[in-house]
Amino acid sequence: MSDTPRAMRQPMGLKIGTAAFLAFWCLLAAFPIVWITLMSFKSPVDAFAANPFDVILGPVTRDRGNGLSALDLALGLTVLFFTIRQAFTWLPRKVSAWSPAGQVWAGWIIGVMAYAVGFIFVFFLVLPAILGVLNPILGPLGTPLIGLTTEHYQTIWVERGFYNNFINSLIVTGGTVTISLTVGTLAGYGLARSGSNIAFWLLIMALVFRALPHSVLLAGYLPVFVNSAEILRPWLGENAPTLYGQPLAVIAVLVSINQPFTIWMLRSFFQNIPNELDEAARVDGCTHFQAFRWVIMPVMWPGVITTGLFSFLLAYNDYLITALLLDGSNQTMVPAIAGFFNRETTTTDQVVAVAAAVSIIAPLFVLVMVFQRQIVSGLTAGAVKG
Amino acid sequence: MKFKTFIWFVGPSLFLMVLFIAAPLASVFLGSFRITQPVVQQIEVETCSAGFLAQTCTTELQTVPLIDEETGDIVTTTEWVGFLSYDRVLEPARAWAAITALDYNALMQIDFWSALRFTLMFTLVTLPLVIGVGLAIALAVNSAARSLRGPIIFISLLPFIITPVIGSLSIYWLFVGDGILTRGIEAWLDRDIAMFAQGWTIELLMLFYRVWHVAPFAFVIFYAGLQTVNQDTLESAIIDGASRFDRLRYVVIPHLMPLIIFIALIHLMDAYRVFDEIVGFRAEAHVTSLQYLTFDFLRPDDAGNRAFSRASASSMLTMLGIVVLLIPLLRRTWRDHKGSSH
Repeated sequence: MSDTPRAMRQPMGLKIGTAAFLAFWCLLAAFPIVWITLMSFKSPVDAFAANPFDVILGPVTRDRGNGLSALDLALGLTVLFFTIRQAFTWLPRKVSAWSPAGQVWAGWIIGVMAYAVGFIFVFFLVLPAILGVLNPILGPLGTPLIGLTTEHYQTIWVERGFYNNFINSLIVTGGTVTISLTVGTLAGYGLARSGSNIAFWLLIMALVFRALPHSVLLAGYLPVFVNSAEILRPWLGENAPTLYGQPLAVIAVLVSINQPFTIWMLRSFFQNIPNELDEAARVDGCTHFQAFRWVIMPVMWPGVITTGLFSFLLAYNDYLITALLLDGSNQTMVPAIAGFFNRETTTTDQVVAVAAAVSIIAPLFVLVMVFQRQIVSGLTAGAVKG
Repeated sequence: MKFKTFIWFVGPSLFLMVLFIAAPLASVFLGSFRITQPVVQQIEVETCSAGFLAQTCTTELQTVPLIDEETGDIVTTTEWVGFLSYDRVLEPARAWAAITALDYNALMQIDFWSALRFTLMFTLVTLPLVIGVGLAIALAVNSAARSLRGPIIFISLLPFIITPVIGSLSIYWLFVGDGILTRGIEAWLDRDIAMFAQGWTIELLMLFYRVWHVAPFAFVIFYAGLQTVNQDTLESAIIDGASRFDRLRYVVIPHLMPLIIFIALIHLMDAYRVFDEIVGFRAEAHVTSLQYLTFDFLRPDDAGNRAFSRASASSMLTMLGIVVLLIPLLRRTWRDHKGSSH
């Protein structure tokens, strides 16, 4: 900071004010999420306790025999800390060393999976076993301090079959992101490299489509989707599917709804890549498509990742479309949780619903942790110049 | 690029948008003028109760839907009804009576007008708040120490990426009946508080939630823009004796103007479709939005029927609203586009 000119330096009062504001904002931003996470690990009496310290410490949960001792906390946090650190230092090195050239992405998928399985094995199987032996020996260090129970997570994931909703969410989200990016990069490239009036009007049309409330479209889909078997019968014969309730149909809908945003964003990324690059490739004898595939795409990954993150958020977080177009048997997580919450009345059920809500946030949390730099720099490159 | 190549690139995306956006839009437009309902017939039904010696029999006329003998489906007819569905959604006679009598409560009894009031209020109140809060955070983070920026950005992004329904639920849980914050306020003010018993507190929470949710997005965009502020201009402004506030007003804000317009545009579109908050806060008994109104029409009622024509009418009206709201911003984009190309 010493190289900042004196006139640019902030007076003390402003510095303190800024720091206080930022601290307040961080508290505001994190508090609801942290709090429901805490609630989800406590038994209902603690989760809805009047005294905030009871929610944090969970005395009732502890008295029921579910608690963490000082040793548990220390060891658990150490393992967590090293897991995260190694994930950013050791894992990338190993992945790039072991994966065959040109297939680093496959290496990453396998590497991350293996790492996650290893973590689950150590954290949920090895660690409890070791602590189970150590805690009784150590006396005061081994007595439970903080009440903590994972029973609500077991209830929701194992007994209530929440993993079905999770799988459905994975299918819908994965499908949406993949198709959205494939179709979107093609269109974004075409629009960025064409100066014609048609391209301009297509973009304006996309902007208007972006503004449409989704319910407007749903009013159009539902009758067609519900009656699709009859409508399609002349062409497809007796096997004509009913689109209502099909994850594939929902994917198509989400991809389309997402297209306006995707092509606007990808177009501005492509515009940042100099035209000379594909011209050089064309001089070397590539067709437009080959230039796109072999020359432009390799330098487009930051843009694709940022846009993919936004597609992911849209598909993963959607309530309106999945709630109306999927029936109960293959619902995704968000409508399922809203359903849990509307049905259940006892406090235990409420905490179970909270646990479900926290489980749905966890992947998003990891996503931001990994891609934070991409989100910020991606938006800088894309939206700012768009 | 040749037109043919262009079409090969843009074709798939265009196809999807036409099939899943433009076509439904056209069908909704047509659907809003038509009503499909089952054909009914009246038949005489004789019901006899079991009785000793003599049965008591009654004959009555029942209205039942006509069933196609071949397929077993209910026969339906589709009628062209003109503006009937719009009439049912808008209830102009009742609304006009309420307006002429200056009876605000009576007007708010009609679902559409009360949804319109909330949607507009929600959109227009959150817009300046999101821009203001986003800008404030961006300026504060930009002047914070470099080592702190990463963690602060991480925490700030959390409200933005969190699933909207879950995010509003997480705030709902803090305030519901025996939620921790309600108890805190109760202990502080020494009175009973029920945040979800009346409309205005729910509206306040929804406004808070939306600003909490979108301000991080505005922040990231503004923060990115602040990195590109021309340092030379800033320095010359200092030499000319501009105060901190003057620099903000005459250098930074004009530099960020395109981004402010961008955020305003995106936020206007998104806030106008307010929906997830109503599900999250379970507000439907007190407050609804235009999009929720359509959702409600589309949900099957007790008999399993969906009010498609009324849903179509209300969604066309919803769309009309967003077009009106967007006109000033679109005109500006258009002027900028023309200005930049000449």
